Amino acid sequence: MSLLTFAKIELHNLFSKPATRPYPEQPREYPPRTRGHIENDVDACVFCGLCSKKCPTGAIQVNRGEKSWSIQRFSCIQCGCCVESCPKKCLSMHQSYTEPAQRKTIDTVCQTPVENQNAS
Amino acid sequence: MSKRSIVPFGPQHPVLPEPIHLDLALEDEKVVEAIPSIGFVHRGLEKLVEKKDFNEYVYVAERICGICSFMHGMGYCESVENIMEVEIPPRAKYLRTIWCEMSRIHSHLLWLGLLADAFGFESLFMETWRMREKVLDMFEYSTGGRVIFSVNKIGGQRKDMDNDMIREFLSVFADMERDLKELVKTFLNNSAVNSRLRDVGFLTKQQAFDLGAVGPFMRSSGISRDTRKLGYAAYPFLDFEPITSDVGDCYARTDVRIREIFQSIDLIRQAAAKIPNGEVSVPVKGFPQGEYFMRVEQPRGEAIYYVKANGTKFLDRVRVRTPTFANLPGMLETMKGCQLADVPILILTIDPCISCTER
Ligand code: SF4
Ligand code: SF4
Repeated sequence: MSLLTFAKIELHNLFSKPATRPYPEQPREYPPRTRGHIENDVDACVFCGLCSKKCPTGAIQVNRGEKSWSIQRFSCIQCGCCVESCPKKCLSMHQSYTEPAQRKTIDTVCQTPVENQNAS
Repeated sequence: MSKRSIVPFGPQHPVLPEPIHLDLALEDEKVVEAIPSIGFVHRGLEKLVEKKDFNEYVYVAERICGICSFMHGMGYCESVENIMEVEIPPRAKYLRTIWCEMSRIHSHLLWLGLLADAFGFESLFMETWRMREKVLDMFEYSTGGRVIFSVNKIGGQRKDMDNDMIREFLSVFADMERDLKELVKTFLNNSAVNSRLRDVGFLTKQQAFDLGAVGPFMRSSGISRDTRKLGYAAYPFLDFEPITSDVGDCYARTDVRIREIFQSIDLIRQAAAKIPNGEVSVPVKGFPQGEYFMRVEQPRGEAIYYVKANGTKFLDRVRVRTPTFANLPGMLETMKGCQLADVPILILTIDPCISCTER
């Protein structure tokens, strides 16, 4: 009798849609609150350094003199403390996750041209 | 005279993704004694109070365990809030309760799946985990994370669930409850499943009491004790009784956990009906001074937090005693006299979490 109970579930699964998604043809849609990665709208940033002070992992460095803002994405734990503390609200949390990489990189944005440094 | 031999079990074993080592003393196929060794994945998280201030330590506490991460964060936050005499808003208390119960549901479903996997019923394992996936999706929808939620802070919660979201969750839980009723018939009535679970690994009420067992492991030996009754978060406003069984074997532990899933869904319903509107956090000023001892009922049992603060932003000490640690002596007792083939199931029935045991 119990075998038949489970057979019902199995038959249902056999004739229903698969539970998984055909990735990468169909990319994932993230819910609006997903904590993916941090982006800085650097034009609005005043380089006050509050985000760097609040960050529990020390992932953010702010250089006021050079007007640059850097983040070590592989140290960031996506807690969102920096987003909450930013007085200019120029930091935001984007839904997609940090891109995979072979080496730990530091992403730097400046109010002058954008550059990407690599550090091991 | 039967032959005595020692069989090493673990630290890497297919039934357990985490490392624990047991030396099993066997007489033929019968286990006469089991000697555990732990400490393979010690991470020194308690030492981090010297580096992370008391607000940042919430994130460390959450990372003690990936399954009860919400409750670890909450237990730590409530301890510090009690030291600082901060009264969090009622809505935050209810949110904590809802997220706690969602954690319990997903942890118990995960355990049921692992159990099915351990006795080789793969499709039952897949079916259980598919159901667990829905809870993880709800977590992602409400907190933004599937494993680490980062919604606890000292003084309340960092995110709110609006009432529409809660209503949506309730309808998912209603569907889940219906599907689960079908699924648990197989766990409780199937003869193949029963033959692995029934009359295996008895722990009497007295043994459970003497060896300090906690959680569903203790309750399935007939002790009616649940630390949720001590009244943290919004539990004092909800109506529930600890779920127990008098049998004390593996089947009883499965049965108790299954009934706890339904109880958790009921508690979420009660909390959703009573949740008040309003703020979800209060500002917290100053530094904690004093000490507090807190008990939290995690899916696996009672966890203890001890926090000692000295009036600066760094704490003196954070001590966590996790449920698996308390359940190890009971587990070793259940193994005496069992067959070697039952050892993996017996280890599983305490729902071990080695990463929180070793922190
Ligand atoms: S807190 Fe905001 S404004 Fe200040 S440095 Fe960080 S990103 Fe810039
Ligand atoms: S999300 Fe958290 S860890 Fe990441 S940069 Fe911001 S404060 Fe630091």
